[in-house]
Amino acid sequence: MSNLGSNLDDLYREIILDHYRSPRNRGELDSPPAIRVEGFNPLCGDEIVVYLDVEDGVLKNIKMTGSGCSISQSSASLMSAAVKGKPLDQVRETIATFKQLMTVQEATLAHDGEAPVVDLRALGELAALQGVIKFPVRIKCATLSWNTLIQGLDELN
Amino acid sequence: MTSFNAKRVRSDIPQLNRVIFDRPITYLDTASTSLQPNAVIDAMSRYYQLRHANVHRAVYQTASEATAAYEGSREAVARFINAPGGAGEVVFTKNATESFNLLAKSWGAKNLKAGDVVLVSEMEHHANIVPWFQLREQTGIEVRFIPTTDDYRLDLSKLDELMQGVRLLSITGMSNVLGTINPINELAAIAHQHGALIAVDGAQSVAHAPTDVVALDIDFLIFTGHKMLGPTGIGVFWTREDILDAMPPFLGGGGMIADVRTDGYTPANGPTRFEAGTPPIAEAVGLNAAVLYLEGLGMTNIVRHERALAGDALTRLALEFQGRVRVIGPSDTTDRGAVISLDVEGVHPHDVAQVLDQFGVCVRPGHHCAKPLMRRFNLAATVRASYGPYSLAKDTDVLIEALSTAVKMFG
Repeated sequence: MSNLGSNLDDLYREIILDHYRSPRNRGELDSPPAIRVEGFNPLCGDEIVVYLDVEDGVLKNIKMTGSGCSISQSSASLMSAAVKGKPLDQVRETIATFKQLMTVQEATLAHDGEAPVVDLRALGELAALQGVIKFPVRIKCATLSWNTLIQGLDELN
Repeated sequence: MTSFNAKRVRSDIPQLNRVIFDRPITYLDTASTSLQPNAVIDAMSRYYQLRHANVHRAVYQTASEATAAYEGSREAVARFINAPGGAGEVVFTKNATESFNLLAKSWGAKNLKAGDVVLVSEMEHHANIVPWFQLREQTGIEVRFIPTTDDYRLDLSKLDELMQGVRLLSITGMSNVLGTINPINELAAIAHQHGALIAVDGAQSVAHAPTDVVALDIDFLIFTGHKMLGPTGIGVFWTREDILDAMPPFLGGGGMIADVRTDGYTPANGPTRFEAGTPPIAEAVGLNAAVLYLEGLGMTNIVRHERALAGDALTRLALEFQGRVRVIGPSDTTDRGAVISLDVEGVHPHDVAQVLDQFGVCVRPGHHCAKPLMRRFNLAATVRASYGPYSLAKDTDVLIEALSTAVKMFG
């Protein structure tokens, strides 16, 4: 990959390719009792189904099926690993931080180059997805599973 | 006599001088939109610099010039497709999609009733599907599909059966995904035997093969300017004069009327009846220049050049990747254009296109507005490389180099 731009290296980091090749938490959960939500990206045909098993305010289990590009699929896999077994308020916090990471570019433009601080350490492996913001058309790929998760959590209320 | 030299064509296209990520641009997205030669860009600039005025209204000099330029473009288009009734049969629209909406919402709404069948094919662009579904909601017509064979051709084995009750066969001249060129002559004869009319989607074909509506014996032809080296914002709808004269107006407003009173209106006659509001004048000027440019190259020369490029690309892709990169479309150049859809094993089309972008290669990943066809072949998307008269075999060199990198990266 030495002949390619560093931007591309940023986008396709090893962690991302790893999660793409060996996605975590792949599969289905019986629904009900699990919540089942579908997400589509009509522009590129990516689709995802997220299954959520919530008990006593904790996301006990999460499974996913679907197909799509390496960015959408690895983002889904990274997301599942980050939120599985966590209390819902912590899940929501992670979602908020990730969404912030994905909107940094817009915010940077809006605030004369002063980017809001995103706590990359709090994101752990998810920080590998920050290269996506250099490719604005791919942000929708990265956020598909997250928006689907949000939709699922909304159904709880 | 026309002469053709792809390198000279290339030098006429300013965008092909672009450098992307330190590499010269490799433009392989002509099926999505073609690039424009200076002849087109200059004609539009000159129009805006010297002659811009609204058409069909004022009496001053530049207004007459603008009107003459606009109507002159209609004549050029009529000549280009050999419209038997001349310029009076050529309607300018916004794009091919609007032309299909004109066909469905004017001709279709007037002539089709519940139970009548519109026969399309599985390989149609959404523009030749959705307007028929919309008409179905209003009038209860049936929309029927000609299936596709496993080798990416129309399955005409049950055509006689499929033709029962058909009032209109609406079909693409060339698939924007597969590159398949359909046997329009044969289909026109069959449609007419069954008392049906035939409409042809020429969006992918008019810039890549000679189109003669009389020789093809078709009833409607639809295409767009920006896929034939012309500008965006202008499309064409052609039908025979007798059919056009019986079609009710489509969009209402200025320009399309003969008279407006407080108790109603009388529509204008001829193509202007379907051209409400200020039309795309500069775009018509650009389209005229594109037609002249294509005529100068010679359509049969373009066919020969692009067929050679397609044959070369198909052979080399098969050799280089040994099945790892699958062509979704006919594997040889028989009845096939230079639109080559690829399925790279284990690599999503968006990832392929992203890697290709780093090599300056412009291709289109996605469903190409042909989702029924994608479903037929169990694909969410493909990567499509499509060539034009300005393409060279070296574009395929870069494509293959970039594809090899994508395969390695995700392998």
